[in-house]
Amino acid sequence: MTVAADIKTDTSAFATIRTPDLQPRPVKVKATGVKVFYGAKQALHGVTIDIPDRTVTAFIGPSGCGKSTFLRCFNRMNDTIVGARVEGEILLDNRNIYAPDLDVVELRARVGMVFQKPNPFPKSIFENVAYGPRIHGLARTKAELEEVVVTSLQKASLFNEVKDRLQEPGTGLSGGQQQRLCIARAIAVSPDVILMDEPCSALDPIATAKVEELIDELRANYTIVIVTHSMQQAARVSQRTAFFHLGHLVEEGPTNMIFTKPIEQRTQDYITGRFG
Amino acid sequence: MEHTVTAYEQELRGLAGRIAEMGGLAEHLVADAIVALTRLDASLAQRIIADDLRLDALQRETEERAILIIARRQPMASDLREIVAALRISNDLERVGDLAKNIAKRVTAINNAVIQKRLLVGVEHLAEIALQQLKDVLDAYTNRDDNAARVVRTRDEEIDALYTSLFRELLTYMMEDPRTISQCAHLLFCAKNIERIGDHATNIAETVHYSVTGTAFEDERPKSDNSSLESVESET
Repeated sequence: MTVAADIKTDTSAFATIRTPDLQPRPVKVKATGVKVFYGAKQALHGVTIDIPDRTVTAFIGPSGCGKSTFLRCFNRMNDTIVGARVEGEILLDNRNIYAPDLDVVELRARVGMVFQKPNPFPKSIFENVAYGPRIHGLARTKAELEEVVVTSLQKASLFNEVKDRLQEPGTGLSGGQQQRLCIARAIAVSPDVILMDEPCSALDPIATAKVEELIDELRANYTIVIVTHSMQQAARVSQRTAFFHLGHLVEEGPTNMIFTKPIEQRTQDYITGRFG
Repeated sequence: MEHTVTAYEQELRGLAGRIAEMGGLAEHLVADAIVALTRLDASLAQRIIADDLRLDALQRETEERAILIIARRQPMASDLREIVAALRISNDLERVGDLAKNIAKRVTAINNAVIQKRLLVGVEHLAEIALQQLKDVLDAYTNRDDNAARVVRTRDEEIDALYTSLFRELLTYMMEDPRTISQCAHLLFCAKNIERIGDHATNIAETVHYSVTGTAFEDERPKSDNSSLESVESET
């Protein structure tokens, strides 16, 4: 795989172990003092957090707390917003993703994203998944491309449901299937990190359960950061949880701790439903 | 701070209210059982046996309420701990009621004789402390007072020590005068029941601590019940 080779540095030299995690892991993404401004308005006030490798980290907090803003820093999505400014440092495998020489397109291949509303391209199911590998030059032959598409669909637990209709439009799938198609599309370019911004809020409970099951399977190979409004979902799918409020990171720790005995009163009030 | 959803708040308060009600009933059962024992009052004993059924019913109701809240609200953090605590405490209180009922049953069994006052003193004293423990731990629960719970837990040692000495004392009486054996045997069981009530108060103290802090007591509980090691040598 040649994609984003310039920012793939050796991770062995970067073996910070996170505690008190249930399973100590190296740090994949290290954010230090991240501030985000939209024009004069400051949306994020110096957030410092380590995101462990191959783990699901959930960001929770009330609307407008900055959790999505922060998530979007990880693949520089905020660059596309006029007037947005990011300060601080974010390291992916110990490389600064805001370094001037960094190729943003390649960064976004390494850090994939899944959005709230499923947004398949108005193309066939096959083309939806094939698009990324093709533009990134990940498959040299047609056979290779087909293989990437099939494995991606399999990893996204969608292949069995669509294998007979790969040429049909992706938009014809159900909402849950569309979301898993978007996950397959993200996986197809072999990312290291998958960002998910409320991936289930437009889905029914069964489709949600399927996506959650998928997230649990994906964490064996990918670092996943998920923003969710559903605290139950955060409790179900994540190993670590970070609670944001008014642009600050209030508390971050093992999910088991956050949902049974959080340290901060604000966290406690929020997760028990006592916010004024 | 109160819940945004008022119905949830009310459900949690209702649950705590049930525990308070159960606590009051359990206290009263234990106190009455001791009165029935000292006065050998068979009719009071019968009433205790009937009242224990109410405590059992309350326990089932508390459990149902707790399960419903878990199913409907998916409680988190302190709320979750509080509900788990209510489940545990209602079990302990139900057992306290059973132990009081057991004492009451013995009242009918030893009804035919007058208990010598000196045999009773120790049991009464033991019951006094156990009742105080029960009262204190229920106050600790109501006030979510971790320190008060800790005090109750430490004081259980006193009950254990007293029970051990009472055990020796009753054994001595039995050896001195075999005619007291029947009464003393019943009193021994009563004393054991009271000692167990103390243990349930300790359990509740530990639950209160968990509910407030989210952790278990880190140190081992002090224990002085050595009655299992006691024996009185007969003089031959």
